[in-house]
Amino acid sequence: MSELRELYQEVILEHSKHPRNFRVLDSASHRAEGFNPLCGDRFTIYVDVQDGSIRDITFQGSGCAISKASASMMTQTLKGKSEGEAESMFTRFHDLVTGHGSRGEDLGKLAVFSGVSEFPLRVKCATLAWHALRAALQGKQEAVSTE
Amino acid sequence: MSTAIKTPHAIDAAKKNRATSFDVQRVRRDFPILQQKIHGKPLVYLDNAATTQKPLAVIEAIDHYYRSDNANIHRGVHTLSERATADYEKARVAIQRFLNAAQSKEIIFTRGTTEAINLVAQTYGRQHVGKGDEVLITAMEHHSNIVPWQLLCEEKGAKLLVVPINDRGELLLEHLDHLLTARTKIVAVAHLSNALGTINPLREIVRRAHARNVPVLVDGAQAAPRMVVDVQELDCDFYAISGHKMYGPTGIGVLYGKADLLEAMPPYQGGGDMIASVTFEKTIYNRLPYKFEAGTPNIADTIGLGAAAEYLEELGLEQIEKHEADVLNHATQAVAAIPGVEIVGTAKEKAGVLSFTMEGIHPHDIGTILDNEGIAVRTGHHCAQPVMERFKIPATVRASFGLYNTREEVDALVAGIHKVREVLG
Repeated sequence: MSELRELYQEVILEHSKHPRNFRVLDSASHRAEGFNPLCGDRFTIYVDVQDGSIRDITFQGSGCAISKASASMMTQTLKGKSEGEAESMFTRFHDLVTGHGSRGEDLGKLAVFSGVSEFPLRVKCATLAWHALRAALQGKQEAVSTE
Repeated sequence: MSTAIKTPHAIDAAKKNRATSFDVQRVRRDFPILQQKIHGKPLVYLDNAATTQKPLAVIEAIDHYYRSDNANIHRGVHTLSERATADYEKARVAIQRFLNAAQSKEIIFTRGTTEAINLVAQTYGRQHVGKGDEVLITAMEHHSNIVPWQLLCEEKGAKLLVVPINDRGELLLEHLDHLLTARTKIVAVAHLSNALGTINPLREIVRRAHARNVPVLVDGAQAAPRMVVDVQELDCDFYAISGHKMYGPTGIGVLYGKADLLEAMPPYQGGGDMIASVTFEKTIYNRLPYKFEAGTPNIADTIGLGAAAEYLEELGLEQIEKHEADVLNHATQAVAAIPGVEIVGTAKEKAGVLSFTMEGIHPHDIGTILDNEGIAVRTGHHCAQPVMERFKIPATVRASFGLYNTREEVDALVAGIHKVREVLG
């Protein structure tokens, strides 16, 4: 049960029920879709990048509590960050949820996802939005799949 | 109160009742994997539509084969080869009896249901389906009974047509008659839907198809472990099953085909064993069933599958069917009574499968929390994405039952679902 509480922390549940930046971004310069064919989670990430900096970032779609909260908190965290910062944050976030490296001290609020590392099958849920973001920034047209 | 004195007749009846009644606790002891705890709770395995656990009879048959009889079959003159060949062919006869096929040569061993369907699509299909022709499937098929036909239709310029289902997940048979035309070359249909649990009226489907001289292939992967299958009585032309879904090993399955159809079909794969003689100018194919079994087969798992079929026959498919119906009914009532839970697939004729969704909670989260309670269910689209689309849902939670599941395990599932609410609110 304690592992479950670690996974489904209040902050995560709250974001999954009331996702932030949950809308289409008309001014988006980049967009990409992330799809997990195993569970049907599907999100579109919209990013407005100017001079290498993320001016605005939103998302739309459906998925489990972990994937939705992760997308929501990612958009909150990355607004105003540079593309380079976003990329390096993804690397650290990935290390966090796979149990490599730190416990997320340098990730701010995103550290609440540390519990995911006890649930290897849920890593894909936690990173789906991030994969889609990376695809969007790289200008990929096709939906990225977790498979 | 006076003690009831049993007459000899009553005692006989009680004995008979005991002999024919299904003792689930005794049966559970045949499955070593079930005697374990997951996250500190007794394992409740409710993912039987994905794969079933294996009884000792199967595990030991495979173990015995590798310890004492392993050799290549159909060629060696030595004792081990003779034994391996005899055991392999004994498994064929066991499956023939299990499906009540008329002849053992109508039993072709494949890697599973998927390969069996691909075999028919690539041989019978390529021979008979041409440009403008039609292949008819249903809206509740597993991807394995969709994609092989799509590949065929794409190659041949043929059309794939789909018999629709209603909101309960039952086939709309009245559409079958419109969709069966002079262009229809084959009908492919599941006996029991893996995502919804619907049992299809096969006799009726076969009758209507045959009235137009259209053969019928049945995906029997989910039905074979759950009900008596009699291919002669069904009068279907092909019937495909998977070993691992009927308490046998993975990597082995069966295609049943009527002998005259199999005889007329070209081979599927070329190689050893499927030939009678080979020269560089011409190869004469072997007779049935070997024509369709190229290369050294999966001997050990075939023997394991034979053991599984014998195990199921010993328990009695009627008994298994009755027991599983009782567990499914109990589960349906108990789960339907939970507020916010909706059952997907409510056909009148159903077996084995209980798919559901929970308001405001994604199936994946439900699966994780149930697993924490020791309960194994499947979450997702169950390799039936068109079914999910039909019901406009991304995924479901699926509890699927096997012969070893109990009412108490259903109660654990219900408690687990309440726990989901508690954790996720």
